[in-house]
Amino acid sequence: MAEYQTHEHEVLVIGAGGAGLRAAIEASALGAKVAVVCKSLLGKAHTVMAEGGIAAALANVDDRDNWKVHFADTMRGGQYLNNPRMAQLHAQEAPARVRELEAWGALFDRTPDGRILQRNFGGHKYPRLAHVGDRTGLEMIRTLQDHGIHRGIDFFMECTVLRLLKDGGRIAGAFAYDRERGFFHLFRAPAIVLATGGAGRAYQITSNSWEYTGDGLALAYEAGATLMDMEFVQFHPTGMVWPPSVRGILVTEGVRGEGGILLNKDGRRFLFDDIPENYRAQTADNEEEGWRYTQGDKNARRPPELLTRDHVARCIVREIREGRGSPHGGVFLDISWIKRKLPNAAEYIKRKLPSMYHQFKQLADIDITAEPMEVGPTTHYMMGGVRVNAETQMSDVPGLFAAGECAAGLHGANRLGGNSLSDLLVFGKRAGEYAARFAQQSRPATPDPEEVEAVARQALAPFESYSGDNPYQVQRELQEVMQNWVGIVRREEELHRALEALGRLKERAKRASVTGNREYNPGWHTALDLHSLLVVSEAIARSAIERKESRGAHFRDDYPSQDPAFGRVNVVVRKGADGTMQVTREPLPPMPAELQQIIEEMK
Amino acid sequence: MAKATFRIWRGDAKGGRFEDYTTEVVPGMVVLDAIHEIQATQANDLAVRWNCKAGKCGSCSAEINGLPRLMCMTRLSQLSLDKPVTVEPMRSFPLIKDLATDLSWNFRLKGSIKPFKPRPPDAPDGTWRMDQADVDRVQEFRKCIECFLCQDVCHVLRDHQLFDEFIGPRFLVHAASLEMHPLDIEDRREELRKAQGIGYCNITKCCTKVCPEEIKITDNAIIPLKERVVDQFYDPLARLLRVFRGNRSG
Repeated sequence: MAEYQTHEHEVLVIGAGGAGLRAAIEASALGAKVAVVCKSLLGKAHTVMAEGGIAAALANVDDRDNWKVHFADTMRGGQYLNNPRMAQLHAQEAPARVRELEAWGALFDRTPDGRILQRNFGGHKYPRLAHVGDRTGLEMIRTLQDHGIHRGIDFFMECTVLRLLKDGGRIAGAFAYDRERGFFHLFRAPAIVLATGGAGRAYQITSNSWEYTGDGLALAYEAGATLMDMEFVQFHPTGMVWPPSVRGILVTEGVRGEGGILLNKDGRRFLFDDIPENYRAQTADNEEEGWRYTQGDKNARRPPELLTRDHVARCIVREIREGRGSPHGGVFLDISWIKRKLPNAAEYIKRKLPSMYHQFKQLADIDITAEPMEVGPTTHYMMGGVRVNAETQMSDVPGLFAAGECAAGLHGANRLGGNSLSDLLVFGKRAGEYAARFAQQSRPATPDPEEVEAVARQALAPFESYSGDNPYQVQRELQEVMQNWVGIVRREEELHRALEALGRLKERAKRASVTGNREYNPGWHTALDLHSLLVVSEAIARSAIERKESRGAHFRDDYPSQDPAFGRVNVVVRKGADGTMQVTREPLPPMPAELQQIIEEMK
Repeated sequence: MAKATFRIWRGDAKGGRFEDYTTEVVPGMVVLDAIHEIQATQANDLAVRWNCKAGKCGSCSAEINGLPRLMCMTRLSQLSLDKPVTVEPMRSFPLIKDLATDLSWNFRLKGSIKPFKPRPPDAPDGTWRMDQADVDRVQEFRKCIECFLCQDVCHVLRDHQLFDEFIGPRFLVHAASLEMHPLDIEDRREELRKAQGIGYCNITKCCTKVCPEEIKITDNAIIPLKERVVDQFYDPLARLLRVFRGNRSG
């Protein structure tokens, strides 16, 4: 018999980034008894690293902005695969969620008349991102954390969920282990909110920390929920490339929002050479106009550096492949050039981008006020995730909700910068609200004790395996497979090769061995994370094979153009009755006429 | 390729010892990279916390060659590699295992500090107006990444173990970020003086020296808070007025 502690709650939130904390706050405000479990300490989740800002049509800087423009920008950026109702709710509710943060103590940068300042970002027609220098995520997570700890929520830090438990068809709880001491915990709850973020750890070069192993996606998949849009993995165009130890660390899009430009080794602003048709009318056709846009000239159009991330990342890859890259295999991102335009440019850069200045100075010996940075694409974000109802965020499994990066639908084929922080707030709140309501209306649910025993046994198996692989080695090989064959540019043959390799890694992961005991043992933790990474990697590869076209973040070298037939479907993934992964295409949700009209008007 | 030796603390609450591990050095490498390489290839069960690897999350605090630092921001090029680099856990907190310490005291403590309480909104739409200059002053404190290195190095905690009487520099910075918030109307001076023990700080500035965010903890947070507390409780004129008015809250 496994030993474990049992905890009773109405709503269990898994993950303590922006979405998880916001969901927990909302559920507890509605009177639900709430627990939050998170893999790290409180306040360390990936939200803390968000730099640029929170997209919300507050219209503080440009009064032409409103929810309809934000909605249309989000749909255009997502190549119209987005769930339109989610994009509508997001655009409508983001301003109230940002103001609420201010009421909870967040301090954003200000306009001259004392309101929340907003900055330019890729794909947003008007300056829209509420921000605090380039550490907006820290401000947001600390505000939610400091507000949340006074709400009677039970926090279980450094705790990883292994399995969601059901009673009949609906959610009954979750089984977890405590990373610090290695003890097991049974959480009984009729409603669970997944807020586990992404799966960047499936790749070698990533901006994500060790935590992002796609746990929520794998837990939902195993519990019978549907995953959607898994082929759309966002490669952020600007990660650090040198020195090797910092490869992949994020360089905020805010650098370009403040006037930074991308150059190849010949000093050419190559993004002017390739402006997509659907953005041509809104994009500057000369450097002077682009500069005026970043300085707030309302008659100017935005520079091509502020095109969507999928496009900018692909152009960078092209420059590098065709031999026009920087010495360490990237391109140049230059903000120092603005000294030709602004007095006190160095001070301006340090004030607007303090953590970028600090990061390059300390980690790369580069003074960004004086010289260009070297940057290249880095795995950053999963557009895909658990398919949810737009209003309630409930998945196909009754009682199972998902919000933030681990949910799918808002971003379609490509996410706009700044839309993730607002996503966390808008849909975190909704998930918390509907999870609390669901829990309060449901009968008690009881997990199956035999299933609990089985999960506990499986979790301890790596200690019984004496001749298996080192789990870190398996993880490294998985990252190589995904980086090389399921990366920015994809081909059918390589995707199949990746699937075969993943199948072999799956067998090796089952037999991974660990040394030491259950007390704070990262080798054991890594062995247990492999299951999630493998499920998610397989889902990405299978979905990428299924979508035989190029759209948004998914680029197929063998199908380089868009296919209108694929513009009408989402690729979805489910666990079949025989335990194998089933991939199908399903029609997009219907587009309400009034939303279609907004899209047409904003074209 | 060059190699370096790391002398890493291995052990738990029951006891431990330093063990030496040698690994290859690549350009730009930070201490956390070396720890990861050792963990992945030589010591799978080596306990260490980390998240962002870019100095933004404050997870990887440790004592490197005796100095409290973030492992992710300490480059090997700043250290002498002729002799082993020692890496040990923060010594002021109870050890869990290897480089991971029990930080739960810090998280419990925060809940005891009165939360943010704003003045009524300035505008009919429920929003406030603030000057950038007023925001800037407090943003210095809000930069804190909660690495707890300041708590680790503070002699009131480290040497005198006054965990029940003193909240430490981190939470004085937190209190300052609330007390000096342009919108906040709560009063925390009574607790600062009594339960939170601000008087224990004798301004040696060790906390300021180790802060990776370069927050001037002593000068900009603790000293102004001490002045507020003193103004309230020890100003003779105010004290006289309180006697007449019977008002203790100031």
